[in-house]
Amino acid sequence: MKFTKLLTSAAVALGLAAPVMAADTKVGFVYVGPVGDGGWTYEHDQGRKAVVEAFGDKVETVYVENVPEGPDAERVMTQMALQGADLIFTTSFGYMDPTLNVAAKFPNVKFEHATGYKRSDNVSTYSARFYEGRAVQGTIAGHMTKSNIVGYIGSYPIPEVVRGINSAFIHAKKVNPDVEFKIIWAFTWFDPAKEADAAKTLIDQGADVILQHTDSTAPQAVAAEAGNVVTFGQASDMSEYAPFPRVSSIIDDWAPYYVARTQAVMDGTWTSMDTWDGIGPGMVGIGEISDAVPADVKAEAMALKDALADGSYHAFTGPVNKQDGSAWLAEGETADDGTLAGMSFYVEGIDGSIPQ
Amino acid sequence: MLRLERRPSPSKVWSYITPLVAVVATMIAGGLLFYVLGKNPIEAIRTIFWDPLFGEFASYSRPQLLVKAGPLILIATGLALGFKAGIWNIGAEGQYIVGAICGAAVALAFYPMEAWFIFPLMIICGALGGMAWAMIPAFLKVRFGTNEILVSLMLVYVAEQLLAAMSLGLLKNPEGFGFPGSRNLQHYPSAFNAEVFAGTGMHWGVVAALIAVIMAYIMLGRHVLGFQIRLTGEAPRAAGFAGVNTARLVMICLGLSGALAGLAGMFEVAGPAGQVSIDFNVGYGFTAIIVAFLGRLNPLGILLAGLLMALTYIGGELAQLTLGLPSAAIQVFQGMLLFFLLAVDMLTNFRIRFGKKEAV
Repeated sequence: MKFTKLLTSAAVALGLAAPVMAADTKVGFVYVGPVGDGGWTYEHDQGRKAVVEAFGDKVETVYVENVPEGPDAERVMTQMALQGADLIFTTSFGYMDPTLNVAAKFPNVKFEHATGYKRSDNVSTYSARFYEGRAVQGTIAGHMTKSNIVGYIGSYPIPEVVRGINSAFIHAKKVNPDVEFKIIWAFTWFDPAKEADAAKTLIDQGADVILQHTDSTAPQAVAAEAGNVVTFGQASDMSEYAPFPRVSSIIDDWAPYYVARTQAVMDGTWTSMDTWDGIGPGMVGIGEISDAVPADVKAEAMALKDALADGSYHAFTGPVNKQDGSAWLAEGETADDGTLAGMSFYVEGIDGSIPQ
Repeated sequence: MLRLERRPSPSKVWSYITPLVAVVATMIAGGLLFYVLGKNPIEAIRTIFWDPLFGEFASYSRPQLLVKAGPLILIATGLALGFKAGIWNIGAEGQYIVGAICGAAVALAFYPMEAWFIFPLMIICGALGGMAWAMIPAFLKVRFGTNEILVSLMLVYVAEQLLAAMSLGLLKNPEGFGFPGSRNLQHYPSAFNAEVFAGTGMHWGVVAALIAVIMAYIMLGRHVLGFQIRLTGEAPRAAGFAGVNTARLVMICLGLSGALAGLAGMFEVAGPAGQVSIDFNVGYGFTAIIVAFLGRLNPLGILLAGLLMALTYIGGELAQLTLGLPSAAIQVFQGMLLFFLLAVDMLTNFRIRFGKKEAV
């Protein structure tokens, strides 16, 4: 063993073995869906590819897709750590406790958990302020609707989704006081059949704009068939449905974050932290607003986007009341991150209740 | 000319050999598939079948085999009893969910009290929950003659909605910042389904699976109920004449398989999974149907089939990780296994003859 080691180091010293040397840093990704889902997992895999592109041979990336949340995720993460991963991105909320468990067993491996709230010395969390994108979306939706009914396909009634509904509603209402939201909970992140059913139901109820917090393009297809219904891409650009019905989109761009965190591990400067970035740092992107949107509306939406990006405007700025009429934000007051992170109430004007 | 000739009676030898033939055929066809995908087929097969057992990190993956196979074996054993009698419980996934909800609900009701009786009570309630869910199709079948395949399958979707409602409402962790999902039972010692021997993967659910296999084996071979089950499956009319009470048998078979599925759910939620969450169920109830047939509805066969299935899951993950194989290719590979098994099954009942049929 020692002899071979000696030989290897000699070979390395002579520059003979250089081409077969393994990468210094190994980065693992655990995906909840298939990389070809065209939405959530697809965008995370784009981030992985950006890491490959940025560091070339210096970094090796590995991934496992379609990993169910729970014990299977824990096993996959453990296998990755055993095989020498230095940094592991776990890209679904349900991976939270498994990530913490595995991280405790491998103190030298760094973990990054998307959309969670539990951290430790070697577990960071990161998420995107999708609600900023929803504000832009709401503005366009408020202008585009003729029936004044906007349909919304919710996934699960968790704070992230509720936040998106509130943000979209506030901004739709701002430009169109008569607007009304109809919300259907699909209880799935990705199920084309259920999403299509939800879209059809909303259209039957008079909605001519559909916003979705689910990842498939099925609602886009339903809207295209209906002919006069506006949609927005979710998680990914979904530009195959542009310029109509898809008039814009919210894009998750994980690439800059993944590259930066990989760099930090290589430099030895990685520390556990909580990142919640929005349009400004580029984690949330607004897909091209198509020509189906009138120029003045487009200009208004872009101005809002810029204001959100440079921080001069917060998507939750008072006065805003809660659904029951009680005061939440006073004139000019902005929401704090703690309240936003755990948001479980609708703002005033939205009908219906959040499923409990 | 190649033709098939029915054997006078199913070949004993072939019924033992066919599973091996199927595995070898899967390796060959799978190897071809991996080769077409640009991977080294030998390496891929080795990664799937060899590395989890004897590879570099086998000390970790071997116990994981038990964790993955435990619920499959437990559920499949119960299903096999019904399948043998021609009673088709397709909804084990739903019974698994309800068992988990009931078991976890008991634990959460007592939280944070520490007491010795909590875990046994969870076991009882988990089994009862699964059984109660299976009794719905059983009762409807006996009383109104409904089809238990449809009713049990449809109840899976009802159970999934119930699971979502529980994760978002009644069983939601009050300290979870509004996110769905219950408290993690792994951090509640009285309710935690810990490993019986640390580092072996052998939690109480695996123990229960082994006990279920032995009990089912004895029951099918030695007990009058086992005789009735086999008779009803092979010759329903004869069973009627022999005084088998079909209604009672339906209740027993569905009830037992439901109880075992419920137990599997309860052990999973209290151990490896830890919490009730919207995506708690990952298809064990459906995969167990494959395991039951792969094991030829024989409890000992199911034990081996469950382990084999677990091996392809864990080996499949390793192949994704080390070779970059897509998960869809692994799923195709698993599908091939069942396909080849059913295909070569023919050899048990038929003989292949070459040449023309001779004139008599």
